[in-house]
Amino acid sequence: MVGAETKELWSGTSSELFTLTYGALVTQLCKDYENDEDVNKQLDKMGYNIGVRLIEDFLARSNVGRCHDFRETADVIAKVAFKMYLGITPSITNWSPAGDEFSLILENNPLVDFVELPDNHSSLIYSNLLCGVLRGALEMVQMAVEAKFVQDTLKGDGVTEIRMRFIRRIEDNLPAGEE
Amino acid sequence: MADPVLFEFLHTEMVAELWAQDPDPGPGGQKTSLLVLEGMGFRVGQALGERLPRETLAFREELDILKFLCKDLWVAVFHKQMDSLRTNHQDNSFPLLVRMASGLQYLEEAPKFLAFTCGLLRGTLSTLGVKSLVTASVAALPACKFQVVIQKP
Repeated sequence: MVGAETKELWSGTSSELFTLTYGALVTQLCKDYENDEDVNKQLDKMGYNIGVRLIEDFLARSNVGRCHDFRETADVIAKVAFKMYLGITPSITNWSPAGDEFSLILENNPLVDFVELPDNHSSLIYSNLLCGVLRGALEMVQMAVEAKFVQDTLKGDGVTEIRMRFIRRIEDNLPAGEE
Repeated sequence: MADPVLFEFLHTEMVAELWAQDPDPGPGGQKTSLLVLEGMGFRVGQALGERLPRETLAFREELDILKFLCKDLWVAVFHKQMDSLRTNHQDNSFPLLVRMASGLQYLEEAPKFLAFTCGLLRGTLSTLGVKSLVTASVAALPACKFQVVIQKP
């Protein structure tokens, strides 16, 4: 009765553990904060804190070298990072003429598998943690970026779209004499 | 399929977030935060339990349920084996010994990281029809002991 069969049953479980825990977190934040904007900010901040540590894990496991430009960065984010952590490969579209902005299009967002936004949370950006993660991770490799959701299947859009914008390169500014 | 490290990173950040937020840094505030974490774990555990097909729920004894939880759910969720399930339980109390992740360095931090997991166990048991109280204690890291006490109606 238990054993090999149940291993198959549970094979998706660690993935579900993450998405269910994320859902519980968003629910808790909605209780703790009075408005959606504050929840969005908190998700972004938590995502940032995760991102600055996740990048170490990513670099250790992925063997990607330094990216030479934002286009390479986009490829690595979509084809390596998203694939490794969320098992999906978003497509990259809508490059700005200057090459400093692009969109990640997610046909399926694994975070929202069992989620429906309740009516009184229309400003909630449910997956905002992702934007923080992207921002935090890229900051650790010397890139200041902005990431934001511009389309969301939870809100009735056909796809989920994250707009990424390169702000500037971060130079290491160490005072003289410090290592 | 979400990579397992995502849960670990998220859990760590959730613990940090709850502690930072609490206006009461003393034992009262800590207790609230632990309860919140445990409650979240409970809801997640319930949802995980609901995903089991009904056939697997035809357990006859609580010990079978706990063995199932130990061997299969624990490995699937945490990718680690539980070290042992002592079957010489007393009354309805079952101790489970686990080697926890190496990230726990300080004994006083341990309860924060165990609260969610206690709730998770309690929630899954609840869906399987078993009402319980789950607590955890750390005598010596990295091993910690979960105590599952079955509540008889």
